Amino acid sequence: MLKVENLQVYYGGIHALKGIHISVEKGQIVTLIGANGAGKSTTLRAIVGLVRPRSGSVKFLGNETTRLSTHQIIKQGIGIAPEGRRVFPNLTVLENLELGAYNTGGKDLEVSLDWVYTLFPRLKERHKQLAGTLSGGEQQMLALGRALMSRPDLVLLDEPSLGLAPLIVEEVFNTIQTINRQGATILLVEQNAMAALHVANYAYVLETGSVTLEGPGQQLLQDERVRKAYLGED
Amino acid sequence: MTGTILFQQLINGISLGSLYGLVAIGYTMVYGILRLINFAHGDLLMFAAYTAIYLIGIFTLPWQISFPLAMVITGLMGIVLDRCAYRPLRDAPRISLLISAIGASFLLENLAIVIIGGIPKGFPRPPMFDHVITILGVRVQVLTLYTPVITIVLLLGLLYIVYRTKVGKAMRAASKDFEATRLMGINLDRVIAITFFLGSFLAAAGGIMWAMKYPQVNPFMGVFPGLKAFIAAVLGGIGNIVGAVIGGFLLGLGEIMIVAFFPEVSQYKDAFAFVILILVLLFRPTGIMGEPMIDKT
Ligand SMILES: Nc1ncnc2c1ncn2[C@@H]1O[C@H](COP(=O)(O)OP(=O)(O)OP(=O)(O)O)[C@@H](O)[C@H]1O
Ligand SMILES: [Mg+2]
Repeated sequence: MLKVENLQVYYGGIHALKGIHISVEKGQIVTLIGANGAGKSTTLRAIVGLVRPRSGSVKFLGNETTRLSTHQIIKQGIGIAPEGRRVFPNLTVLENLELGAYNTGGKDLEVSLDWVYTLFPRLKERHKQLAGTLSGGEQQMLALGRALMSRPDLVLLDEPSLGLAPLIVEEVFNTIQTINRQGATILLVEQNAMAALHVANYAYVLETGSVTLEGPGQQLLQDERVRKAYLGED
Repeated sequence: MTGTILFQQLINGISLGSLYGLVAIGYTMVYGILRLINFAHGDLLMFAAYTAIYLIGIFTLPWQISFPLAMVITGLMGIVLDRCAYRPLRDAPRISLLISAIGASFLLENLAIVIIGGIPKGFPRPPMFDHVITILGVRVQVLTLYTPVITIVLLLGLLYIVYRTKVGKAMRAASKDFEATRLMGINLDRVIAITFFLGSFLAAAGGIMWAMKYPQVNPFMGVFPGLKAFIAAVLGGIGNIVGAVIGGFLLGLGEIMIVAFFPEVSQYKDAFAFVILILVLLFRPTGIMGEPMIDKT
């Protein structure tokens, strides 16, 4: 479904991605883990065209998207909850969700809204509230819900568990599995390596701009190096 | 001062203020999205006035068609302005945009001199606006009464677009976060173009009414109303549409009243606006309705 090949990204003189290969198959949950500054968010930004790679290619559903602009890429069927949530604070919860479905009209909008409200009943209760006044966790739910509003084939999530209470984190991971079972393919960037590897079919470990390790989630959970570096064992 | 004169001045002030307000909306909308003071905005008044003159004079269209058409053409001119002067600089530092805006303003004014010439042209004011009626013993030209009404109608239409339509939602989103807006699958450049269209369309309405009020059209006619409208936008709280109109009304009323109450300072009338600007910037930089200014990425 998604194929990233030899992606090279520079920020001025900083070589942020040094030739990354990632592939996501339909129906999977794929996770991208790694330390701060490894290049996880940069990878997602390059996939949706927010940064222009110097070389390499991104293919989505068989089509080259590397040179397309962000809105064109998103329209092909991608939903994203970006790093830092980025909800629109001056708009209501409902308006934020509606923007998530900007390119879908009328009846489909109602269906998506029902679906997202079922996943996150809290958003329904708060639909008239300005997003800027939601709690951090509620904003995270909104960012997730907004990413789902277009019924995307592929959902990109950048640290959806960041800053959430342990109970809510569990809820978020349950939700990720739920939407995956309902047909969405997921590329998940996480700091919480343990939780991410548990739900992932396949995982990539990113270190300073390169993939240093990859394999099925369960396998990486057993891996000596992963346990040391990311699961805090010695 | 008699009550009649006060009433007369009140009407004049509201009328002038509504023109400032109409033009101020364009400043505030563009600022809201691009954090840019579009210095070429005032020149769109001039552009609209000349366009209306030519539509009536050369194409002999009736004013009922010429005026709205001139507004649409000016709206498109706003899009061209964005496309040529601002869009290439989307990722450039803010100061480059500002310089580009000043350059665009000079370019428009000087192009007008080259193409049309510097000699003022009379504006063909339709006779229906010349009528004078008497309210409460005060004789008023109907144009003076129409101006605030037209402003309010246009304001309500704009508020509808901004708060009740999909593209309005996208505009409000873009005013906070460009990247997140694009991540919603929204064509950001289109949203910005629509913003320029709307602001320029309203500026054109202001320009045409200004030209009817002071029927001497010249290449620099937009400079002073443009500056005043900019001050009105700052006074109302830049970025806030309703604030811009309120700022416009207050500034117009203030200018007229100063002259009415202190005729001895009437030659300094234009300085009043700048004093207001300085006071607002010193004591309440967010204006009457503005939120604290936040730089956006
Ligand atoms: N706009 C930018 N300008 C310059 N350097 C940048 C920019 N964005 C990211 N970088 C650098 O690129 C590298 C990768 O950053 P990225 O945000 O992709 O990391 P990350 O893996 O998402 O980290 P984290 O877990 O902290 O979110 C870092 O060294 C970062 O400093
Ligand atoms: Mg990151």
